[in-house]
Amino acid sequence: MPLELRRPGWSRAFTYSLLGVAFAYALSLGTRAGLDYDPVLDGESVLRICLIGVPFFFLVGLGLFDYWFRWASGAPTVPEDHSGHGAKSWKSYLYPNTDHKVIGIQYVVTSFFFMFVGGLMAMLIRAELAAPGRQFVDANTYNGLFSVHASLLIFLFIIPVFAGLANYVLPLMIGAPDMAFPRLNALSFWLLPVAGFMMLASFFAPGGSFASGWTAYATLSNTAPVGQEFFTIGVQFAGASSIATALNFLVTIITMRAPGMSFFRMPLLVWANFSTSLLVVIATPFVAASQFFVLLDRSLGFNFFDPGQGGDVLMYQHVFWFYSHPAVYIMMLPGFGIVSEVLAVKSRKPVFGYRMMAFSLLAIVVLGFTVWAHHMFVSGMQSWIRVPMMVTTAIIAVPTGIKIFSWLATMWKGVLKLDTPMLFTMGFITMFVLGGISGVMLAMIPLTIHVSDTYFIVAHIHYVLFGGSLFTIFAGVYFWFPKMTGRMYDESLGKLHFWLTFIFFNVTFAPMHLIGVQGMPRRVADYADQFATWNLIISLAAFGTGLSTLVFAYNMISSWRGGRRAPANPWRSLTLEWQVSSPPPVFNFDEIPTVVGGPYEYGVPGAVHGVFGGKTTTAGPTQEPVTTGTPTTSA
Amino acid sequence: MEQRRGGRNSRRMVIEMFVLGTIASLAGIALGIAIDWFPEDASTQAGPIDTLWDVLVVCSVPIFVGVVIVVVYAARLFKQLPGEEELDGPPIHGNTKVEVVWTALPAILLVALCTYAFVVLQDIEEAPAQAAAPEMVVDVYGEQFAWTFKYAGTDGKEVNTTQLYLPKDRSVKFDVHSKDVIHDFWVPAFRMKVDAVPGVTTNYRVTPTKIGRFPVVCAELCGLGHAYMRQTVTVMEPAAFDSWLQEESVESNAPAGGGDEAAGGATGQEGAGSGSASADGKTIFLEGNDNGATSCAACHALADAGSQEGIGPNLDRVLPGQTAEQVGTSIVDPEAKISEGKPAGVMPGNYGEVLSPAELEAVTAYLVDSTKK
Repeated sequence: MPLELRRPGWSRAFTYSLLGVAFAYALSLGTRAGLDYDPVLDGESVLRICLIGVPFFFLVGLGLFDYWFRWASGAPTVPEDHSGHGAKSWKSYLYPNTDHKVIGIQYVVTSFFFMFVGGLMAMLIRAELAAPGRQFVDANTYNGLFSVHASLLIFLFIIPVFAGLANYVLPLMIGAPDMAFPRLNALSFWLLPVAGFMMLASFFAPGGSFASGWTAYATLSNTAPVGQEFFTIGVQFAGASSIATALNFLVTIITMRAPGMSFFRMPLLVWANFSTSLLVVIATPFVAASQFFVLLDRSLGFNFFDPGQGGDVLMYQHVFWFYSHPAVYIMMLPGFGIVSEVLAVKSRKPVFGYRMMAFSLLAIVVLGFTVWAHHMFVSGMQSWIRVPMMVTTAIIAVPTGIKIFSWLATMWKGVLKLDTPMLFTMGFITMFVLGGISGVMLAMIPLTIHVSDTYFIVAHIHYVLFGGSLFTIFAGVYFWFPKMTGRMYDESLGKLHFWLTFIFFNVTFAPMHLIGVQGMPRRVADYADQFATWNLIISLAAFGTGLSTLVFAYNMISSWRGGRRAPANPWRSLTLEWQVSSPPPVFNFDEIPTVVGGPYEYGVPGAVHGVFGGKTTTAGPTQEPVTTGTPTTSA
Repeated sequence: MEQRRGGRNSRRMVIEMFVLGTIASLAGIALGIAIDWFPEDASTQAGPIDTLWDVLVVCSVPIFVGVVIVVVYAARLFKQLPGEEELDGPPIHGNTKVEVVWTALPAILLVALCTYAFVVLQDIEEAPAQAAAPEMVVDVYGEQFAWTFKYAGTDGKEVNTTQLYLPKDRSVKFDVHSKDVIHDFWVPAFRMKVDAVPGVTTNYRVTPTKIGRFPVVCAELCGLGHAYMRQTVTVMEPAAFDSWLQEESVESNAPAGGGDEAAGGATGQEGAGSGSASADGKTIFLEGNDNGATSCAACHALADAGSQEGIGPNLDRVLPGQTAEQVGTSIVDPEAKISEGKPAGVMPGNYGEVLSPAELEAVTAYLVDSTKK
């Protein structure tokens, strides 16, 4: 083989992928011929094996398993020369890398790519819904659009973008040189484009893309055309990525904190990701299981969900929501962490009730596992289960309320710097309260009987995930942009982005509460004429929301290319990631800091969080980075 | 760091916030109550649910207003001004009393709301008292993409219809079934819904309180035609209902349209019955009929009717060359012949029941005419 094809990289990845396709044909043809199946060539069977197998061939080709294979086969391992660690130029981002900072940026950029694709689908959905009747997509395409929209934004945007931000800042925050398992970290990232590409490719499947919603309820999903399997299998890769990253975070947080960094000296972002990772490792296997059930039903004729053969249709929903309700918190807790960081720094005050903030995260983790069946109040399950689930669902608002009130108290009497991250944070607090209130309303069974599966739900989920999660993501991206890129973003464009998003978001989603209660079901390509006016208004506002993200994209790209150079600590923050240069050296710290105090001691005279080689770090404005210059490379 | 001296947080400001918050809350509550949120209420179940909504709005508005007021006033009062770039706020780490209050108060409020919701739940799901007219059971069958209904007629006969008729002021229990995937049987005017689950019988009960016609909506994504799975329920006077049911029981295999006379009489809508429809093929193609036949144009492209390419085959392409008889068969029994590239089992199989013979003939003739080369 030519050298190019033996070296890990894209050429080898493509070659191996082709081998994977050949393998799928061989396995399918061989097995079918051996079992005397007719016809011997079955397209769906080959496609199915491809969907499962080719990603592995691709990832092996890219070189993600090379080290482990050598080690497992007993071959002499190559001493780590750190050649695949740290970015040397922009091209480094196109290859597997073990530096958590490179991986963090890979994560964030990839997730935002999928946000734009998913957002574009939302624009198509709103164009179709601008007027009753059919505009320009047929029902199958429409059902595909909202299914892929939701799947991309949940599995390929919100969950991984939080993992990406945390990947970048979390090791820095706890004073660690990297994540605990850098190679696993690289693999976690590269599973994502595989999953996203698969979901997008479903539009080219015979019979169209998967069209049973992101919930993929049986029996619709196990009788749908083969496009469904792009979701069934794609979710496995996205889920595996989540689980591996969560394990990585847990081990990193537990074992790699700098000396003196006790649990109660950790920044709340670290607490938030600790809680999220617990949710991910416990819950995500359940969504994997639900999709494996569907896959086995579809491909091998199992009867998990065929009621005629003793299958149980409702079981799918229980298993699915046992993951997918905690997933709501997986998509929210990291945002809570970001909000705590931004608020403390921008208000120049300690986070109010730090310990309660940490405990309320853990309370949400525990309670989050006890509420899943509130998604099933009208599903026909045993009726008594609804009552305890109503109570737990309502009670989970208590720890959430503690967080909201503590954030308000953190701002009170502070010195508020109302820049872009802070505006998004404050916007988040107001919008998330609305989403939380409609959430409490939805806990009330009698009301949910009327509004479940209506646009009220669509409004609620977007107030939580857009007004909630996405606002915190924007806050976090602006907040750490100087650290990640070494450049300052454009403040006036940032503020413009906030106000456009805030206004159009509300005009888009607030009226959905009303048309939902009035009786418009969700997931419909057509609707009764009485809803026409509101839908037109919503569609126009949605296009405004879409356009507002272009301001964001322009700001990010132009600032990254030519923004003002960022100092080490532009926000006068105390936490450790701001005590090193922007961007940080390859191995983060020349010397591991010692932590001697809490992370948010703003306003406390002489307060110190971390000490570098005897020098104290304070939130002084003229603070020069203590650690700069060339990183030390250790063998 | 140096702290900001002298608060801008005077007592006057707190009073101002409180007054403003109260006014805004009252205005918000007034608005929340004034908005006409719900569709028409037509069952005894609707009242308690609508009241629960009002109570939730009353409780929610002050919380939302309070949070917004604090955020806005924080931005107003504590904004960093030029020259304050180096200042910090006071190092307040927490306040146990305040934290206990904002943990306990919401918990108490939420438990109270849950208790109230539980009472409402009992209320709307309770079987009617024995003294009232005996409860009626209607079996509801969901299939892609239509609802059908089964009544226990007189003399123990079964009555199967494609149109839902209910008597006013009599409790009815729906036993909901599915023939294929999950659907959801929802009558917004009754406020109640439940999934139709394959292999499981689900149910709920309502007591209709208003005479009239109300939409029946499928609320659970059930495939290509989900958006078009919309029908109508007709609530009529008990006497009119009884005579309709008796009539149906006598001619148990009569076309379902037969019931419309009773319905028309009860609702005062003369000539609404499909049996007496003018049998204009194009109108039926575009709009379906009141008997549960969904619009053909929703799924089929037909140049003459101006409908666009959809779920079903393009009729301008597949119909030319077919005889009236073949076209008629395809309407009544869509599975008999499936166009190439189109999935089977999508078109409702109930057109033979929901269209009267005259209507079927009219649609067939219209289709043959309009696709003639």
